[in-house]
Amino acid sequence: MALINTTHGPLEESTLARTVHFEDRPTEFVVSVEWKLGDELVRRDAHVILKQPSVTADALVASFG
Amino acid sequence: MANTQAMCTSFKGEVLVGAHQFGAVTLTSRTSLTAPTKDSFKAALYLVSATYNASTTAYSATGEVSGAGYSAGGIAVTNATDPSTSGTTAIWTPSASLVYTTVTLATAFDAVLIYNSTQGNKAVSVHTFGSQTVTAGTFTLTMPTNDASNALIRFA
Repeated sequence: MALINTTHGPLEESTLARTVHFEDRPTEFVVSVEWKLGDELVRRDAHVILKQPSVTADALVASFG
Repeated sequence: MANTQAMCTSFKGEVLVGAHQFGAVTLTSRTSLTAPTKDSFKAALYLVSATYNASTTAYSATGEVSGAGYSAGGIAVTNATDPSTSGTTAIWTPSASLVYTTVTLATAFDAVLIYNSTQGNKAVSVHTFGSQTVTAGTFTLTMPTNDASNALIRFA
């Protein structure tokens, strides 16, 4: 019997409905886990795995002539 | 042999560790002039409605997420791996995931600001991702591979 921390405090895992969502995006992979008590969302975790940064700095030097 | 115009790769890496100073700047003491200590960095989350971008100069609470378990200013960035160079690119990536534990962030957020909390909260970079909410849970940002193609900060 595992207890899950929720908006209602710790609840038994068996009383909750758990769904896992996966999203594969160009710059990140997202795994989110939702726990519902009936229709009520009582917990949502999100894990964003960055594949590539959204920013890169180019370092440039000027040429002469 | 021929000369080739370039910015020296070593310089790119040295910029990341503050080895050069081209102009005057006001700094918070790094204890020693010859062997300065590393600065500390933090990571703050921002709402979808916020406008943080290349023009951002410093951390601000405006547009920052709020909710149970989240402290304004965000969390400390783990920085156990010094900047390095790979090929002709200087790279740096936090050495651990950014983990916001047991938070409720009900309003959608989609950006994290990395900033220097030692040096007056000066901004470093803004990174965006698909909008998220968290309910009584954990938000984790796993860092990309620290290489020339994927590192979080790259001077190419």
